[in-house]
Amino acid sequence: MSTAPPAAVPSPPSSPAAAAGYRPGRTLRLRVEARRQLRRRRTMIVAALLAALPFILIIAFAIGGTPKEGRNGPTLIDTATASGANFAATCLFVSAGFVLVVPVALFCGDTVASEAGWSSLRYLLAAPVPRTRLLGVKLAVALGFSAVALVLLPAVALVAGTVAYGWGDLELPTGGALASGDALPRLAVAVVYIFVSQLVTAALAFWLSTKTDAPLGAVGGAVGLTIVGNVLDAVTALGSWRDVLPAHWQFSWADALQPSLEWSGMLQGASVSVSYAIVLTALAFRGFRTKDVVS
Amino acid sequence: MDLRWPRRRRWLAGAGALALLAAGGAAAGTAAAGGGGTAVHRTDAMLSGAGGVRLDTSYFTAGGTGRRPAVLLGHGFGGSKADVRGQAESLARHGYAVLTWSARGFGASTGTIGLNAPDGEVADVSRLVDWLAARPEVRLDAPGDPRVGVSGVSYGGAISLLAAGYDHRVDAIAPRETYWNLADALFPNDVYKKLWSGIFFSSGSAALPGAAAGTSPGTSPRAASGAAPDPLCGRFAPTICALYQRVATSGSPDAAAREQLEALSPSAVASRIKVPALIVQGQTDSLFTLAQSDAMAKAIRANGAPVAVDWIAGGHDGGDTEDGRIDRRVTAWFDHYLKGATGTGTGPAFRVTRTGGLNSTDGSVVLRGAEGDSYPGLEGTTARRITLTGREQRITNPAGGAPPAISALPGAGSLSALSSLGASLSLDVPGQYAQFDSAPLTAGTHLTGAPTVTLRVATDAPDAVLFGKLYDVSPGGKSTLPAALAAPVRVQGSPSGTAVTLQLPAVDHDFAAGHRMRLVLATTDLGYASPAAPSAMTVSLLSPELTVPLDSALGDDAAALPWWAWALPPLALLAAAALLLTGRRRVRPRPADPALAAVPLQITGLSKRYAKSADRYAVRDLSFRVEPGQVLGLLGPNGAGKTTTLRMLMGLIRPDDGEIRVFGEAVRPGAPVLSRLGAFVEGAGFLPHLTGRANLELYWQATGRPPQDARMAEALEIAGLGEALERAVRTYSQGMRQRLAIAQAMLGLPDLLILDEPTNGLDPPQIREMREVLIRYAAAGRTVIVSSHLLAEVEQSCTHLVVMDRGRLVTAGPVADIVGSADTVLVGVDGEVPQSVVDKVGELPGVSTAVREEDGLLAVLDGLTSAQFVAELVRLGVPVARVGPHRRLEDAFLTLIGGSA
Repeated sequence: MSTAPPAAVPSPPSSPAAAAGYRPGRTLRLRVEARRQLRRRRTMIVAALLAALPFILIIAFAIGGTPKEGRNGPTLIDTATASGANFAATCLFVSAGFVLVVPVALFCGDTVASEAGWSSLRYLLAAPVPRTRLLGVKLAVALGFSAVALVLLPAVALVAGTVAYGWGDLELPTGGALASGDALPRLAVAVVYIFVSQLVTAALAFWLSTKTDAPLGAVGGAVGLTIVGNVLDAVTALGSWRDVLPAHWQFSWADALQPSLEWSGMLQGASVSVSYAIVLTALAFRGFRTKDVVS
Repeated sequence: MDLRWPRRRRWLAGAGALALLAAGGAAAGTAAAGGGGTAVHRTDAMLSGAGGVRLDTSYFTAGGTGRRPAVLLGHGFGGSKADVRGQAESLARHGYAVLTWSARGFGASTGTIGLNAPDGEVADVSRLVDWLAARPEVRLDAPGDPRVGVSGVSYGGAISLLAAGYDHRVDAIAPRETYWNLADALFPNDVYKKLWSGIFFSSGSAALPGAAAGTSPGTSPRAASGAAPDPLCGRFAPTICALYQRVATSGSPDAAAREQLEALSPSAVASRIKVPALIVQGQTDSLFTLAQSDAMAKAIRANGAPVAVDWIAGGHDGGDTEDGRIDRRVTAWFDHYLKGATGTGTGPAFRVTRTGGLNSTDGSVVLRGAEGDSYPGLEGTTARRITLTGREQRITNPAGGAPPAISALPGAGSLSALSSLGASLSLDVPGQYAQFDSAPLTAGTHLTGAPTVTLRVATDAPDAVLFGKLYDVSPGGKSTLPAALAAPVRVQGSPSGTAVTLQLPAVDHDFAAGHRMRLVLATTDLGYASPAAPSAMTVSLLSPELTVPLDSALGDDAAALPWWAWALPPLALLAAAALLLTGRRRVRPRPADPALAAVPLQITGLSKRYAKSADRYAVRDLSFRVEPGQVLGLLGPNGAGKTTTLRMLMGLIRPDDGEIRVFGEAVRPGAPVLSRLGAFVEGAGFLPHLTGRANLELYWQATGRPPQDARMAEALEIAGLGEALERAVRTYSQGMRQRLAIAQAMLGLPDLLILDEPTNGLDPPQIREMREVLIRYAAAGRTVIVSSHLLAEVEQSCTHLVVMDRGRLVTAGPVADIVGSADTVLVGVDGEVPQSVVDKVGELPGVSTAVREEDGLLAVLDGLTSAQFVAELVRLGVPVARVGPHRRLEDAFLTLIGGSA
C-alpha cells in the first residue's frame, strides 16, 4: 500500500444510469481481446509448433530420401518433394486429421474456461461486458486465431518447400499435375475448407468452454469427441448415417487437389460442419446468458 | 422472478436440437433406398412361348384392379428374370402391370439360345404380349392389343428393339446398353472382338445350375436332358454355336457370319421401329459401343419416333451404370408415352454423364450430367480440326499377335472412368505402334463424339489390322486413354499404300489447355484378334488434320448434392433460433426508480438458492439500504451469504426472488449501471501471463471507457507495487495480487466500491493504510461496502454495519448503535461458569440473550439496568469480577447471531 492515499477524490457526479463514457457496444473490443490472448504461452507454442512442422518434415525427407510409392496406393506423401506446392499439400495431408484439430480446439475451448479459471471472467462481466458480446468477441477472436493457425502451417510449408524443392507444378498422386498458377488457389480452397470443416470442433470446444472452468476439460472434450467421430466413421456398417458425421468429410479438401476441382464432397462436409456449429454455438449462448457465474 | 427450467430440461433441449440434425441426415440416408409402400403382388408361371418353348415368367401388379399399361422387362445375357425383379416391383408400385421372363435357354425356361431370333425369342415376346392382352387389369389399345412398353439391359435391350420391330403392339421402348447391329458389334470393321465374344459365348454355353438339374458334375453331359446335347455349345442353338466356333477358330469373320448376325439384329428391322425410344448406352463399353446407339438413334428418329439418348458413365466394361437414375428415367419415359402423362418430362434429348472428380471421402467418382436439347450424333454440332504431326512410321505386327497392346478390358471399366483423373491401364508395345502428336492445345477442347482421321497404310501382307486410339497427354508426359477404348480397322494390304478413313472411338472427354492429343495406331490389342502372321507396315497421315467433334450445346449441370446438404444448415438455423428463443427468460425490464437515483444500493427481499440445494437458501429475504458516503461493513461468518449477495450485486448470478437497485437501476447481468460499481470479490482475477500494469490497462480497455477516466496513477499508487508492476502477475505473492485487485476495483473511481475481505493477505501496516484509504474514499461522498469476517477490522473503518447469518439479515445500522449498545454487558468472571448457569442467566426476565465467553459471559439486556443485572448475577451465585459495557464488535456479533457461529 502506498503511504499516500488519494488526496482529493472528486465527488461523484449526479447519478446517470451508467458511468460516463460507458457504452455496451464498445466493451471488450476485438483488438483488446486479441491482445489479452496473444501473449499467452499456449498461443506461442502452437504458433511455434505449426511453423516448425514443415522444417521437421523437410529434415525427415532429407534423412529418409525421396518418398517412394506406398503399398496402399499413391498418396500425397509420395509426391511431397516434387515442388513447394506439393510439400504444402503434403503438410496439410499429414496434419489435417489431428494436428490442425488441436489448435482449433485449444483456442476455442480454452477461451472462456481459462478466464473462469483465472477468475477474471467475473470482473469482465461486472465491468460490465454484456454476456452475449463477451461470447461473440471471444468466439470471433478464437476463430481468428484458429484461422491464422490453419493458414500458418501451409504458408510456412509453401515457402520452406519452395526453397527446398523449388517452385513448380503440383503433381497429383493419381497422375497429372496442376500448373503452379492453379495450385495456389486450389491450396487456398483446401485451407478454407479445412477451416470450415473445423467449425464443428470449434463450436463444440466453445460450448464446453462455457460449461466448465477447466480449460483442459473443454479442449480435451472437443478433441475426444472428434476422435469418437473418427472411430464411428470407420464403422462402415453405419452406411449412410456416416454422412452426417463431421469426421466423414474431414479429408474432402483433397477434392480440391485433382485435375478437375470437385465441390460436392466439400459442400456436403461444409453443410454438416456449419450445421453442427450453428447449433452448438446457439447452445453456448443459450447456456451462458443465464448461467450463474460462480467461479 | 420467474421459474427456471429444470436443468435436465435444458439439456434435453440441446440434445433434441442435435437429434433433429442427425435425424435430418439419417432420413437423407434412407430416402434413396426407401421404396416401400404398396405391397406388390407377384405371380410366377410357366407360359407358352413360340414353338412349344416354356417360358419362366413373373407377373407383378400392385394396388387396385383398374386397367393399367403393361411393361415387359428383359434380362441380360447369362441372367434370368430374377435380375430385373427390383425394377419390376418398383414399376408395379408405380402403376404398371409388369411381366418379366427368362429368355429361352436361360433360367428355368426351356429352348435354346437363338440370339433374339425372330422365330424364337422375338416370337416369344409376341406370345407374352398376347398373354398380357388377356389380363383384366391391363389397359388395351384395341382388343388383343395391350398398351405395353419393353425395356431391358444388353440382351434384354435388344429384344425390346426387336419386339418393337416385329410386333406393332409395342408402344414404347427403353433399350439399355445394347446392340443395333450384332455383326458390327462383334466384328467391328471386320476385326473379330475375341475377348468379349468369348465371354459372351461362354456365359451362354456354361451349364446353368437350373438346366443341369439332375446332372451331377461327374456325369457326361450326354446323360443330361436332350436340351443340352453338346458340351461345347451348351444351350446355344446349333447354328449360333457353329458360327461362333468357326469365327473364333479362324480369328476373322466371314461374310456368312456377318449375314447371319445382321439378320438377327434390330438393324434388320430398322424401318419398322417407330415407337418412342429411350436409348441408354455406356461410355466405358467396348462391347456395345456408342456407335451402336448412334445408329439406333438415327434409324428410329428417321422413322419419326421420339428418341432420347443417354450416355451413362459405365457400361459392359464396368463402372457406374447409374441404375437408379436410369430406372427413374425409364419410368418417366413410360409414364409419358404409356400412361399418357404428358406432364411428365422425359428428360433431355441428349444427356452425357461426365466424371467430375474423385470424392476423396469414399473414393467414388463424382458424376454430373451435361444436357442438350438435341442429339447431335457422333459428329457433334461442330468440329475442331487439330493438326497432328509425325512422319511416316514403320511398325510390325508380331507373330501370333503377342504381346498385345491393352486398351479396354472387361471389368476394368471402373478404372477407365478414372481416366479423367489420370489413372490408366492402357499399354502399347514398343515397335508395334505409330504415334502422331498435336501441339499443346491452346484452349481446352471438350470432345463429344468420334474423331476421324485419314491414314495411309502400306504393307506387303494381304491385310493388316490397326487399332486407333486417341490419348490425352498431360504437359508432364502422362498419357491417358479416354474410356480406354480402341477402334479397330482392317486394311487391305497394298505395298503402295491404302488410304483409310478411321473413325476413332466415340468418347466424351475434356482435353485441358496445355495437353496434347496423341493418335496411336497399334497392330495388336488384347481384346481383338489380329492376324497371326507377322508383318511389317508403314503408317503415315494422309491428312494431318484430326477432326474432333464438339457439342457446344451441352450444358453442364452441377453435380447433384443430396437434398440434406441444402436442408441441414437452414434446419440448424431453425434449431438455433428455437434454442435461443426458448432459453430466454421472460424478465420484464424493470424501470429505473428515480426516487432511488441517489441511493447507491437498495436490496429488497433478496433470496437465492443454488441449483444443487433445493431447500437450503444461500440468501433469504435480505433487505437493506446503503446511503451515499457510508462505509458499510457486511458482516457474517463463513456461509452467511455475504459473497452470494455480492455476486448478485455484480450481476454474476441471478436472484431467485427480490431485487437489487444500484442508483435506482435494477441490477441484472450486464446492466450498464454496473459500470458505476467497482468490485473486488472473492480474490483477484488476472491474466497470469501479463504484467500487473498490462492487466490493469487491458481491464480498463475492456470496459470501453475513455483512458483518461481510469485514474490509473491513483489506482497504481494505492496498489503500491513499484517495480513489480512490470512483472508477470504469475510471479506475484498473494498480497501483491490482492493489492493489484483492489487497485483494479478502484479504477475510474467508481461511485460504489465493493471489497470482499480486502485485508486478507495484507500485513498490519497495510491494513491500517487500507482503512484510511476507504475512509477517505467515502468522505468524498462515494460509497464503500466492505465484507469481512474479521470483525475487529470492520469496526474501525466502517460507519455502518449489516450483519448476516445463514443467509438472513441479523441487524443493520450505524456501528455505534450496534457496537456501543449500552444494553450489551460484558461480565468478567473468576473461573469457569457452567453452561447451566449461563442458561439461567439467559432466562432471566429482562435479559434477551446470554452467551458464555472466554473469561466470562456476554448478555444483551432488555429491561434490566446493569446494576439490576449484576444483582441478579450475584443472586445466581456467579462470581462477578468486573462489569463493563461491551466495546468489541466481535462480542456484539456473537451475541447477535445467538452464539452458534
